[in-house]
Amino acid sequence: MTEPEIYQALSTIFQDVFLRDDLVLTPALSAKEVDDWDSFKQIEIIIAVEEHFGIKFRTRDMDSLNNVGDLVHLIASKS
Amino acid sequence: MIDLYWLPKIEQWRERLRRLGEAGGDAWDEAVMLAASRLDPVQTNALDTMLRRVLAGPPKSRPDKPVRLALLGSSTLAHLHPAIRVAGLRRRLWVETYESDYGQYWQELADPESPLHRFKPNAILLALDAHHLAAGISAASSATEIKAALSETGERVRSCWRLAREAFRCPVIHQLALPVHPPLIGNNEHRLSGSRAGFIAALNAELRGMADAEGVDVLALDARAARDGIGAWHNRELWHRAKQEVTPAAAPMYGELVMRLVAAHRGRSYKALVLDLDNTIWGGVVGDDGVEGLVLGQGSPLGEAFADFQHYARELSRRGVILAVVSKNDEKNALEPFERHPEMVLKRDDIASFVANWNDKPSNLRAIADELNIGIDALVFVDDNPFERELVRRELPMVAVPEVSDDPTNYAQTLADAGYFEAVAITDEDRARSAQYQGNRRRDQLKASVTDLGAYLRSLEMQLLWRRFDRVGLNRTVQLINKTNQFNLTTRRYTEADVLSVMQDNSAFGVQLRLVDRFGDNGIIAIVIGRLAEKEDVLLDTWLMSCRVLGRQVEPTTLNLAAALAKDLGARRLIGEYIPTAKNGMVKDHYAKLGFSPIDGDTGEAARYGLDLVDFTPRDTFIEVREERIDD
Repeated sequence: MTEPEIYQALSTIFQDVFLRDDLVLTPALSAKEVDDWDSFKQIEIIIAVEEHFGIKFRTRDMDSLNNVGDLVHLIASKS
Repeated sequence: MIDLYWLPKIEQWRERLRRLGEAGGDAWDEAVMLAASRLDPVQTNALDTMLRRVLAGPPKSRPDKPVRLALLGSSTLAHLHPAIRVAGLRRRLWVETYESDYGQYWQELADPESPLHRFKPNAILLALDAHHLAAGISAASSATEIKAALSETGERVRSCWRLAREAFRCPVIHQLALPVHPPLIGNNEHRLSGSRAGFIAALNAELRGMADAEGVDVLALDARAARDGIGAWHNRELWHRAKQEVTPAAAPMYGELVMRLVAAHRGRSYKALVLDLDNTIWGGVVGDDGVEGLVLGQGSPLGEAFADFQHYARELSRRGVILAVVSKNDEKNALEPFERHPEMVLKRDDIASFVANWNDKPSNLRAIADELNIGIDALVFVDDNPFERELVRRELPMVAVPEVSDDPTNYAQTLADAGYFEAVAITDEDRARSAQYQGNRRRDQLKASVTDLGAYLRSLEMQLLWRRFDRVGLNRTVQLINKTNQFNLTTRRYTEADVLSVMQDNSAFGVQLRLVDRFGDNGIIAIVIGRLAEKEDVLLDTWLMSCRVLGRQVEPTTLNLAAALAKDLGARRLIGEYIPTAKNGMVKDHYAKLGFSPIDGDTGEAARYGLDLVDFTPRDTFIEVREERIDD
């Protein structure tokens, strides 16, 4: 799966999680810049990503995520 | 992820959710539609958020009292609220949730000034996680210590139930613990008394027995874990990260399980299973293939699968679910397999309403609901044909239509997973219900052959047996009070505690009425509660009746009894009340028909009627009235 394809799928997930269709994902985007992106939403995103891409994250994987770019790289390395 | 696979996927769900705000007065109905869909966790949360943006509360026209559910837990539950509320929405119930402070459940229950008490819950869910419950248990502990810990933990839980019951007089649900602990010795884990896995299993078993004795319902997460796998319910990573015992991936199913129990308490479970015939309960089309050409029973895996599904349906009927058939067939063809196929498990007598004709299925389902005297929203319709399923969903959105495949192997499990027939108590009446409906059928046949109604009623040799409320009948009394919607003059819902207080009240009477006739025992079919009010008046607080016994003079006979009981209390006048709801229009003129006169004056929504007892002459009926004695 290419990075643009991952971004596209992730955009839909983020828009649904935050109910914000204007949300544009960039590699540098992080929890600080999005209202409501708290630890619960973080878990919701991870679960939706695992389900959508058919992958499983380890505890270390989740701890190393700082922004959308990290998440995209992690997905790419697992799928 | 635990998939709500029996619900249909709705086209354009995403767009429709985003347009919910434009639906105006239809927003509630639209949201209910969106909830009745195969939602994943993200969609579930999104629907909850959107609904609460668009609506501040349930529409005014909703007759159902909003659910106020308090979650009392020992770990994180916040991620489960939206799924509970959406599962309520799926049942047309508005749900407000409250969660006690982390681990403060006992203190909040005990303190009448706590936020929990201010919330005024009408349902309580006690969700204690396995780690909390097994704290201190170790393989190093002695068997005596473990035994003491088991009983002490059980008592602690019981004291929570009692506090909750006394404070709020509402249904209490106890969530059994998930088997999250890895075993220490393996298959024979039960031999190690200090095993945490073994302790949780033993505690769950203990709590089941205690819950039955205390009138508490269990939320059997352990049984679901056996079905779905513990990994589907518990994610160790998320336990360490966020103290979520139930993973958010399981939230939609969790909400379903909770709301099934709450809805069952409100008499909102489905009551009847309506089956298509061709390729649903047997393989093939009887009109084309003939009885001999059907695939059913021993000899082929598919035939066995159909027979197995019939077995499940028959077992459901034996515990109180009504069975009906709706089929596009000539009636003669549809009946033939029931009469002469040797492998048929279901017999004609198992089917309370049998409709085979060429009308559309929505019309036939309406006719079935009429014939059975139940609401159309109490029907579950199973059909292998996607066209028929869609048509019914479109025309009758209140009918449950599970998304079954064309493989009958999974039909029974699908019905079980969908939880349509969730029940909190199984009474003798439930067990006997299908027999009662069969009796009804024979009565109806007799009615068809007798044109003189009086002669027909006399030939039934009816007896109305009445008893004051008692502990033997308590379950059934509370069940009737909480689920009777149509023939219910005031629709007041009461708990066991309320019924017990009527028993102890010398200025009130509460009676349960049983109707017996030559075809059998109809069970307890009516409840009346009367209370002495000012000026020698007895107010009929509650009068409800099962629709099964309509048209049989039970109403005037019940009036005779109520009048006699009211006179015993020294009353000179009987006051009746009618409080209209969406479902009880059929009893609008109940008191007028019985000779009561309207009482003027604005009493809000209720209409009041009076009947002078001084000049009262008991009505003539064909029913003999007797007090029933129970030998304890």
